[in-house]
This record gives sequence, structure tokens and C-alpha cells, in this order.
Amino acid sequence: MDKKIKVLIAKPGLDGHDRGAKVVSRALRDAGMEVIYTGIRQTPEQIVATAVQEDVDSIGLSCLSGAHNKLFPKVVNLLQEKGAGDVLVFGGGIIPDEDIPGLKDAGVSEIFLPGTSTEDTIEFIKNNVK
Amino acid sequence: MSCTDKKARLAERQGQWQGMVDKALSRFPERKEDFSTTSGIEMKRLFTPADVDAVDYNEDVGFPGEFPFTRGVQPTMYRARFWTMRQYAGFGSAKQTNERYRYLLEQGQTGLSVAFDLPTQIGYDSDMELADGEVGKVGVAIDSLADMEILFDQIALDKVSTSMTINAPAAVLLAMYIAVAEKQGVSSDKLRGTIQNDVLKEYFARGTYIFPPQPSMKIITDIFSYCKDNLPNWNTISISGYHIREAGSSAVQEVAFTLADGLAYVDAAIKTGLDVDVFAKRLSFFFNVHNNFLEEVAKFRAARRLWARLMKERFGAKKASSMMMRFHTQTAGCSLTAQQPDNNVVRVTMQALAAVLGGTNSLHTNSRDEALCLPTEASVQIALRTQQIIAHESGVADTIDPLAGSYLVESMTSEIEAKALEYINKIDDLGGVVKAIEAGFMQQEIGDSAYAYQKSIETADQVIVGVNKFTIEEAPPENLLRIKQEMEIEQRKSLAAVKAGRDAAAVENSLKALKQVAESGDNLLPSIVTAVKTYATLGEVCGVLREVFGEYVEG
Repeated sequence: MDKKIKVLIAKPGLDGHDRGAKVVSRALRDAGMEVIYTGIRQTPEQIVATAVQEDVDSIGLSCLSGAHNKLFPKVVNLLQEKGAGDVLVFGGGIIPDEDIPGLKDAGVSEIFLPGTSTEDTIEFIKNNVK
Repeated sequence: MSCTDKKARLAERQGQWQGMVDKALSRFPERKEDFSTTSGIEMKRLFTPADVDAVDYNEDVGFPGEFPFTRGVQPTMYRARFWTMRQYAGFGSAKQTNERYRYLLEQGQTGLSVAFDLPTQIGYDSDMELADGEVGKVGVAIDSLADMEILFDQIALDKVSTSMTINAPAAVLLAMYIAVAEKQGVSSDKLRGTIQNDVLKEYFARGTYIFPPQPSMKIITDIFSYCKDNLPNWNTISISGYHIREAGSSAVQEVAFTLADGLAYVDAAIKTGLDVDVFAKRLSFFFNVHNNFLEEVAKFRAARRLWARLMKERFGAKKASSMMMRFHTQTAGCSLTAQQPDNNVVRVTMQALAAVLGGTNSLHTNSRDEALCLPTEASVQIALRTQQIIAHESGVADTIDPLAGSYLVESMTSEIEAKALEYINKIDDLGGVVKAIEAGFMQQEIGDSAYAYQKSIETADQVIVGVNKFTIEEAPPENLLRIKQEMEIEQRKSLAAVKAGRDAAAVENSLKALKQVAESGDNLLPSIVTAVKTYATLGEVCGVLREVFGEYVEG
């Protein structure tokens, strides 16, 4: 049997909207993945520490407060510093289209916008986790 | 014909009709097997007088302005005065937000509603590390009284009512508001408005808690007590179901968990020695209005009736004003789509109409672009115009509670009330709201509903126009409102200037005094008012309270 894909769903920053993060966590679990949800108000440092400790394959970052341009790249950079640059990082939330190229350049693999089906997220992870 | 004869005749006629239905069904099945709402309330094919058999008009429905307030809290409702049109707004700096407020007031808005950024809501100053990237994003950044003075510049605080969405640090922002008013020459007894001040739902639905539940409840009852003596026209709390619904609950759960929170606050206040008939009239509520039009109308009527009954039966309230549920409503942010955003204008219109038919006392209509960003001025104008059109053109405000007597609406009102009460009893069995939060009860219930709703969208059982049906290729939306990164830098600079220009010794003394009061258990408000007047910052004041009370950590 294949090893289960391990995903960390994380809420960086001060944003308390975690309906999406929880729904995605549950959908990934139903799709057979092992999911850890950090809870709200995590610093990028805390998220990366958990990711390294749990040896996850992927991190899903959720932010609806508009702080994504600061927080998402910080997570990617810290992962690289810790030698965990191969972890697949994706994000979701209220993120303007014009911010997406910058986030991708910074190393976020994909951004999922409101209205995304959880199926799409599941497929993306399955196809891209190394 | 006697009443029994009429009932028998109805049953007979309904039996005959059912035969016709069965024939139709054998040829054309209905669109769905199950037409239940997300609250699990059956949308029957047809509602008849048999469905309202148990409803006693005098006991259960009654007259507007009278117990149990099913039909509304005022005797003349919108014939005297429309609901307050109050658009929640705030972004960037105090100066930018002040400009938006003055624009909204010019456009005919009748009350202000302040959105604070997340650092402010969690009691951090803009120069603190945790505020990084969040300053001015979801609301206005307020660090000290200096920002608050700019926020209300040229707005006469004795003329306007102001609602502030602030919870854990509500006492501090209220203190700043009092201080700004004083500078304008307005005494605190003239102030009208609301602070959200509803911390319980922060632990299970919204997330901007600071302190553990016990000291949080203490701060809340301190505010009740202070306002009773100093701000008699201030709504001391806005017990909020809005965020519970946004987090994914059903309509019934929204009513149940909100009222359960309300009961906890009343209970806490009574335990500190306050008289229910003195403070309860300043309690207010805040609900969501979502897509299912008829269920939403019934929800508001049910919430009013259930609250009135609970206040009377559980706490022995005697005054009508203590049992009267007054509430603000906001259309459902979570129902807005990023796809074909102009369709949101239609969604908001229907939701707003449901809120008005449900007898709301004040209303915020969302803007079409809010699934993408903060609303632009043009979008906010359409949202406000939506309310004005309902008020002035639709005619629904010309009579009171026009859907009363509908077999469906009365039956559903009773069912929502009964189902919400079941939840409240279950929370009682768990040992009350705080225990239920610790056990994760509400979180689990809301999470289950949110997941079921998402599933129903993904299977297209629930159609969302433009998302899972009637989709089109779209160009990325243009003209979105963006908060510039420089704003954060500017805000930090002005905070540094405030800190450099204030009387440092006065600040230090006021914070020391506050700490002593916090440790002693005395009412915190007077020392918070003193501290903010010295330009002690929000982060400094909350820092002192964090030291004394500790911080809540999600379990």
C-alpha cells in the first residue's frame, strides 16, 4: 500500500476565518490523506516548525485577511532555511488575481480561490506531491 | 360549520388533493427527493391551516411591541421610522476611514459601523511583530486615542449612533470613544451606539479572543455596570449569531448558539448583583441573513419569541424592554461569489428583503465585490441604495410583519423556536456555554453543517449560480480596492510620533494604576478611560490586562 500523503493545513497571521481550512482538512481526510490542522493564529515560524516535526508532504495555507503577500512567502522561505524546500505549499482565501503571480514566484505552487471544489484541491495535491 | 367540522373537511379535501399529487408524481417526479432546509426543517409541498393548528395567535404571535414580540419590537415598526441603515466600514488609516464615513453619511446612511483591523481586534499595536502584514487590512488600525480623534473628525458624536465591532478589547475602544466625545464637548450620557463585546462566540466562531473566558466575562459585566451609570443610551453588547452562521452553522444553530451565549451573559450579570430589569434593555443582537428566504424570515420571528420567553421564564424579567430582542442584521458574506460578482447584488437584495420582512432594527447590506476584496465606494453605494429601494419603493415597510399568518411562516417560526430550544437545553446539560466550548460541542456542530453544505454544492444538489451552474469564462475583475503596504509603515511612524509626544510618566502611572485595579477585581472601566486619555496605546493597555488575566489558547 502507498504511504498516506501527509498534509498540514495552517492559518498564518491573525485571521480567525477557518471555515474553509476546516472544510478542506476534512475533505482531504475523506480522500485518504493524513491531515493536521494547526488551528488559528499561527506564526510562519510555528507553522514551519510543525511541518518539519511532522515531516509533512504538503502545507495548505489559508488567509482571508489580506496578509497573504507577507505571510505565504515567509513560510516558503523558512521551509527552505530548514531544508524542507521540497514540501508542496499551496494557498487559499480572499486573494486578488493580481497577487497570484507574485505568490507563485515566491514558491507557492497554487492558489485556490473562493468557489474551488475540494476535488480540485485533492487532485492537485495527489498530482504534485513528490 | 363548527371548528371540528372544518378540520374534518380540510383533512378530507387534502386527502383528495393528495390523490391528484400522486398521479402527477407518477408522470413527473419532483426536482428533488428531499426539500429540507439546511436546518433539517422539511419544506412541505404545501402548508395548510392544519400546520398552524397548534399556534395560538394571542399566546404565540400577538401584537407588535408586545410580548412575545413575534411581530416586532415596536408598536408601529417601519411606519414610524425605517430600520437604521448601517454599513460596516473601515480600512487602512483612520484618515481614510473618516473620509468613507463622511461619504456614507452624505449618501443618507443613518448610523456608523466601525470595522477594526485584526491587530486592533486582538489588542496589538501596529508596531508589534504579530501585526506584520495585517495593519489596516480588514478594518481601520487604531493604536491610540490620537487615531480615534482622526476617525471621528468632523462627525458630531451626539448626532450619530456608532456601532463598533470590537470584542476582547471592547472596554478600551469604548473608553477612547468616550474620550473623543469629551473633547468634542459631548458628555457620555449623550452617546448612542453599540459595542459588539460578545467574546463567547469568538472562542467557537470568530477567533479574536484575547483572555480566557472567566476574565473575559468579568470585563463584559464591568462594561454593563459602567454603562448603566455613565452611558445609559449605549448598547453594551451585541450578541452575535452572524459569525456563527458565517462559520457554517444552519439557521437553527445560529439562533440556538446566539441565544445560549445571551443567556450566559445575563446569568453572569445577575450573579454580579445587577438587576435584570436594569441592564437587559441595553442588550442587543446581531444576525446573519442567508439565502433561504422563507426560513430566514421565520428565523427572525422565532428568535424574538424565544428570547422573550427565556427572559421571562428563566430570569423573571418583568419589564417589556428586558424581554425585547432588538437586532442588527447583515447579509451573508459567505453567500457571495467571486464568480460573476454582479450577481451578488441580486443575492443581497433578496437577503435584505428577508431581514426587513423579519423585522430587523438595523441592516448592513454587503457589497458585490466582497468575495474579492474590501468594497469600493461604487459598490458600497449600490449596497446602500438596495436598502433605500426596499424602504422607499417596495411597499413592504408600509405594514407590520406582512408575512404573519402564512401557514408556512407561522409553522416554520414554531419549528425553529422548538429546535433552537432543544439545542439550548443540550448546552445546559453540558454545563453551559463555556463548558460546551471546552468540549468542542458548538465547533463540531458548526463544522458538520459547513461540511455538509460544501458537499451539497460539490454534488450540485445545492446550485450556486455562476459557481456550479451557469458558469462562464470571465476576465479577472478590475477596479478592486487595495490597501497599500506603505500604509503599515505610515501607521507605525505616526504611532512612534504619538509615543514620543506624550507625557511618559502619566502613561506609566495610569498603566500601573490599571494593573492594581485588574488585580483587585474592581471595575476596570474608570482606569481604562484614564489610561487612554494619557495616550497609552491599545497594545499597552491590553498588555497590562494580558499580564494579569493571561491569554486563551485554543484547545
